[in-house]
Amino acid sequence: MPTSVEDLINPGVDDVIADSKLHGNIDPAQDQTMVLNMGPQHPSTHGVLRVVLEVDGESVIALAPDIGYLHTGIEKTCEAKFYQQVVPLTDRIDYLCPMTNNLTYCLAVEKLLQLEIPERAQYLRVLLNELTRLNSHLVWLGTHAMDIGALTVFLYCFREREEILRIFEMVAGQRMMTSYFRIGGLSMEPPIDFYDRVRNFLKIMPEKIAEYENLLTGNPIWMGRLKNVGHLSAADAIALGVTGPPLRASGVDWDLRRDMPYSGYEKFKFDVPVSQVGDVWARYEVRMKEMYESVKIAIQALEGLPEGRITAVAPKIILPDREQMKTQMESLIHHFKIVTEGFAVPAGQVYQGVESPRGEMGYYVVSDGTAKPFRVHMRNPSFATLQALETMCKGRLLADVVAVIGSIDIVLGEIDR
Amino acid sequence: MPATTLEKAEVLEQMAANPAVAALSSLLIDARFALNELTITVPKEQIVAAVKAVQAAGYNFMEDVTCVDWYPSEPRFHVTYHILSHSLKERVRLVAPVGSEDLSIDSITDVWPAANFYEREVFDLFGVHFGGHPNLRRIMMPDDWKGHPLRKDYPVEGYR
Repeated sequence: MPTSVEDLINPGVDDVIADSKLHGNIDPAQDQTMVLNMGPQHPSTHGVLRVVLEVDGESVIALAPDIGYLHTGIEKTCEAKFYQQVVPLTDRIDYLCPMTNNLTYCLAVEKLLQLEIPERAQYLRVLLNELTRLNSHLVWLGTHAMDIGALTVFLYCFREREEILRIFEMVAGQRMMTSYFRIGGLSMEPPIDFYDRVRNFLKIMPEKIAEYENLLTGNPIWMGRLKNVGHLSAADAIALGVTGPPLRASGVDWDLRRDMPYSGYEKFKFDVPVSQVGDVWARYEVRMKEMYESVKIAIQALEGLPEGRITAVAPKIILPDREQMKTQMESLIHHFKIVTEGFAVPAGQVYQGVESPRGEMGYYVVSDGTAKPFRVHMRNPSFATLQALETMCKGRLLADVVAVIGSIDIVLGEIDR
Repeated sequence: MPATTLEKAEVLEQMAANPAVAALSSLLIDARFALNELTITVPKEQIVAAVKAVQAAGYNFMEDVTCVDWYPSEPRFHVTYHILSHSLKERVRLVAPVGSEDLSIDSITDVWPAANFYEREVFDLFGVHFGGHPNLRRIMMPDDWKGHPLRKDYPVEGYR
């Protein structure tokens, strides 16, 4: 016969909730609370996140996220690849913003190599990054609304997301795992009809965002579930390493695109939406406004797109184009060398931070002077944001946990890597 | 992009006005400015004092804790902290070398609770022990896993 609560629960759960009652021997007669496992297979955890909750009736007393179910050892794999072979791995970290991952990694390595990227490539990178942000926010909005119970919005969002994925397919040949960026530029020129298609999409997009807002913003159920739920103060957000829209929704005016610009972001005009409230509703508002800003940046990038090369001039680093490779001996040698031996990167270490749809994505790349990275570490926004989950949910109702998880927009692929 | 590289003596001389250099001038054992990034090496016993000093100097946001394994050279592990300042709009990288004879370092979770998951990750994947951490358990690998996968002497395919 079990003598304590510990005997009744799964092994491991007592470890997960540190400092909870589970560590002491509690008289079952005095036992008023219950331990609940949410996930790893739960529709509202957006992947395989397991949250262990201690609940008293409907209210949450303690909560601990348990992660690692998607750990694939990408950082270890990077160390065994050439620098250029790491690009496709980065797509798989955060599958909702592949272009942002590509960009961050490429910028970091370009910094080590001290490569000058042509303006045209920078503009196209910005354009595609903003489309990626729209893509990611659309998935966030759709799934967040679906968790709360508004199923219609999901279908509307995925309608527009489909168009973005088709645009990605046009440039990269792939819908999700694009791997379109290269160290030193882009893999190829976008096709001619790409520009019109993006232009048309950006023309209709603001109306569509207004349409989603129309479905949600005034909806009493949506307001009831989101307002005054999951508060996070600015001080807590900074202490817990929260970045991106959740940080700005807590009143901290910080956006890497504006404050520490990269890839030519200083040339674009846009606002950074900030809210002082810090609840789930504020995060919703900030992200909705961000979508309008993304459209603005993308239009500027498209209309101001300069002519020129899409890769830096660095024949020993960037693969020559096909025709050159077939006609010029030197290009053929370069091609052969890059493919078989990679290229050496000067020893050093860099950290490159980028504002991804979820917050600050940083790549820390250490080179020892060989053709393979000595160490690649990814600082992913969701990983830090997840730590704030307990602060946001403690003392609230169990149903609010679902709203809060939706609002911090985590991707388990980048948490577990 | 300026290619200036400054070594320890030059950093102390030319960047004395930099808040991080000023705050750590008595603690640092090495400093380097390369590729527009400032790296300051501090002894591992002083890491908590060092992060408190940079926090007081205006570096308010802990971005990242990670580790680099320089096997077989010693000190083998370089625990690396990236700290950002929202007001100065710049970063500083603190490095604390940890030798393999004593794989432990103090936890900075009291200064920044955000370090919690990051230190668990370093513990899990490198086997560096963080003293004073509230909940130092594996985070990525299963609890009963043997070995620390990101070490350089751990094969990419795993042990068979």
